[in-house]
Amino acid sequence: MINTFFYSLGQGVKNVFRNKWFTLASLATISACLFVFGIFVAVVINVNHIVKTVEEGVSVTVYFNEGIEQDRINQIQDLVTKRPEVYRCDFVSADEAWAEFSKKLGENAEGFTENPLADSENLQIYLNDVSKQADLVKYLESVEGIRKINKSELTANTLSGVKAVVTYVSVGMIILLLAVSIFLISNTVTIGISVRKEEINIMKYIGATDFFVRAPFVFEGIIIGLVGSLIPVIVLYVLYNAAFDFLRSNFSFLNDYVSYVSAGEVFAYLAPASIIIGVGIGFFGSFFTVRKHLHV
Amino acid sequence: MAEKEKKKSRERDEAKNVIYLENVNIAYSDANGVPALMNINLKIKKGEFVFIVGDSGSGKSTLIKLLLKELTADSGRVIVNGYDLSTMRHSKVPKFRRGLGVVFQDFRLLKDRNVYENVAFAQRIVMRPEREIRKNVPTMLSLVGLAGKYKAKPKQLSGGEQQRVAVARALVNRPTILLADEPTGNLDYRNTNDIMKLLEKVNENGTTVVVVTHNRDIVNEMQKRVITLKQGVIVSDEKKGAYIDD
Repeated sequence: MINTFFYSLGQGVKNVFRNKWFTLASLATISACLFVFGIFVAVVINVNHIVKTVEEGVSVTVYFNEGIEQDRINQIQDLVTKRPEVYRCDFVSADEAWAEFSKKLGENAEGFTENPLADSENLQIYLNDVSKQADLVKYLESVEGIRKINKSELTANTLSGVKAVVTYVSVGMIILLLAVSIFLISNTVTIGISVRKEEINIMKYIGATDFFVRAPFVFEGIIIGLVGSLIPVIVLYVLYNAAFDFLRSNFSFLNDYVSYVSAGEVFAYLAPASIIIGVGIGFFGSFFTVRKHLHV
Repeated sequence: MAEKEKKKSRERDEAKNVIYLENVNIAYSDANGVPALMNINLKIKKGEFVFIVGDSGSGKSTLIKLLLKELTADSGRVIVNGYDLSTMRHSKVPKFRRGLGVVFQDFRLLKDRNVYENVAFAQRIVMRPEREIRKNVPTMLSLVGLAGKYKAKPKQLSGGEQQRVAVARALVNRPTILLADEPTGNLDYRNTNDIMKLLEKVNENGTTVVVVTHNRDIVNEMQKRVITLKQGVIVSDEKKGAYIDD
């Protein structure tokens, strides 16, 4: 059994070199498909990241009734923090609110001797999903001690819309790309294996088991799938880093508003995903295509 | 009682013959149900040399395909080497085929492998240890007279030499039956004679040889058992026969 395994593996490696045109065609197809897939995934990860960053900056501000006890404020903060849609909840005292506001006023703030925002202590609530803003506001309206709730409905709705579009389009595109890849690759494998139908026939006439016939083809498929996925991953890694540096240095004015995901973070997902898809396509493509020729 | 006796006699028959066909019928679905073989009864004993002859479309190739379990009979029993092919599952076919050696008209060698590898390939399929393969392959190549050409690729050999490689590959696993489908169809007179002598030698060593051919000369010359098929029916079965003309 071990002998057969190593023999099949050896034959699989030899087949890769024996059938140069088939290997090149399969490699080119897998690499091209995974390259497009990689670009798309990288773009989607970055768009999601940008949306999330903006989303995290959108807050709901809660003001309290006059003369409210600090204990009640702490209680409300605890209740809000525990809610699942809440990402962060910061208490801003009246002094902190004035300090922040006076920064914006600049010299104009110097005329004030007392804090004009004496009753403006508040909670700044950040959501992990802005589409849940309405639910949170509804809840806050039922909480005793709250005077006013400031929210930005337009931003929340726009972000929710953008996020939904990005999610649907990305899932749709990835499914479409995978379907096209599988179709193209299985066609290439089918043509490649049909050419070697005679070889499979000979093996079967001599008394080879399905496993013995199939194993070298499957190893060959796995090798081609692996190499075919590594090529686009390496090329994309280099290109991504170059694009990352280019955007940061040539569009530096965007750096305050937009942050990109580093190559390391993108490829922590993209590299294993591409390799799994490449090897998977190589494995299943050859496994099922050879099956058609086994009933001799 | 008579029924029991009949059954016993049939079992004895099956055991005595390496090939046993009883009331076999088969039709191709794409031939509008026209039978390819009709009511075939055939017994071939261990160690026999048999020619199966007939014109194109007589059913010779269908018969070989049945014996190889490439096709399954629509009705009747096909027993080869003790295996009942009528009920055999796909997973058992490889083990059954290892008891057969097959030679085709078009040689069917692996073109990208040399002579040694083509023969060794058959041994690898049955998982023979490498040590045994290194011993058996040169022995077999000597038997077919190709010991000196073990490194050559098929395209560097003549038709006759390629067929000898195919015979070596068919014999290296020591099959009990050698099936040859038109083995001399692509060969000239001299190579045809060489191959037939080789098959005779193989037969003398105890292997049952079944040769499908339409080569009148070799059939008449060798004076072996000849089974003649015509339109899917056995029309004659002669112990020391000759090629029957229409």
